[in-house]
Amino acid sequence: MIISDNLNTYLIIAAILLVIGLYGMLQHRSLIGMLISSEFILNGAALNFMAFNRFVAPNPAVGQIYTLFIMGIAAAEAAIVVSIIIAVYRKYRSEDPEQVQDLKL
Amino acid sequence: MIVFQYIAEALFYAFMILTFLGGFMAVRSRMLMHAVLGLAVALIGVAGLYFHLGSPFLATMQVLIYVGAVCIMIVLGVMLGNTPDQLTTKNFSGRNLLLALSACATGFFTLFITIQQTKFAPAAQMVGDMSIRFVGENLLYKYCLAFELISVILLTAIIGAIILARGGREEVAK
Repeated sequence: MIISDNLNTYLIIAAILLVIGLYGMLQHRSLIGMLISSEFILNGAALNFMAFNRFVAPNPAVGQIYTLFIMGIAAAEAAIVVSIIIAVYRKYRSEDPEQVQDLKL
Repeated sequence: MIVFQYIAEALFYAFMILTFLGGFMAVRSRMLMHAVLGLAVALIGVAGLYFHLGSPFLATMQVLIYVGAVCIMIVLGVMLGNTPDQLTTKNFSGRNLLLALSACATGFFTLFITIQQTKFAPAAQMVGDMSIRFVGENLLYKYCLAFELISVILLTAIIGAIILARGGREEVAK
C-alpha cells in the first residue's frame, strides 16, 4: 500500500509531532527539555507547510521558502533560549522552571 | 522499475518510524543528553520525509541547520548548565500522567478528525517547479523583504544571546 504519496499521511505525522511536543512540554522538568519539545512543535508546523506545498499549492517554491524561514527562526530562538537558560542557571543554580520565580535576574 | 518504488516506500516507513522513535526518546528519556539525541534522530527522520515530499534541498538544510547547529547548541546548553546525567523528567503519578495523556489525545483526535473530513483540492494550475533554482528566484524577487528581515532577526539573536550569556561575568573579568 502506497501511503507516501498522500497528503493526509503527512498531516497526521505532523499532528503526531505536535502532540509529542505538547506532551514533552508537560512532562519535562528542565528548561532545556521544554526547548527540545518546542523544536518538535516547530517541526510539525514545517512539515505541514511542506505537505501542503507538495500537494495543493499553486507555487511550489512558497512552502520551501516558509520552511526555510521556520528553520532560521528556530535557530535564532534556540540561541536566545540557551543563553537565557545559562543566565538563569548562573543566578538560581537550577533549571527547574518551578524554582525560577522572580522576574528580576 | 517497480521494485525501486517499493524500496522508496519502505524507506518512507523507516523515516516515519525513526521520527516517532526519536520523539518518544526525547520525551520519555530520563537523561537530558538522551533527550537531545532523540531530538537529533527525529529531525533526521523529518529530513527523510522532506526528501519524499520532493525537496532534497530542504532535507539537506534540515540536517545542516537543525541537526548540525540547533542540536549542538542545545548540547552546549546541557553541558554548561546542569550535570548531563541528571534526571530531568517529572515523576508522573497516575493522575498527572492520565491528565497529560488525555490532553494530548484530545488534541490529536481533534486534528485527526478534521484532517480526515476536509477535502483538500489540488491547485488548478501550477507555476514553476520544485527546483532549487525556482526557490532562489522567488527568494530574491518576490520574498526579498522577508529574506532580509530574517537576516536582521538572526543578527539581533546573535547580539542578544551574547549580551544575555555574558551578564554576571564582570566580577570574573576584573
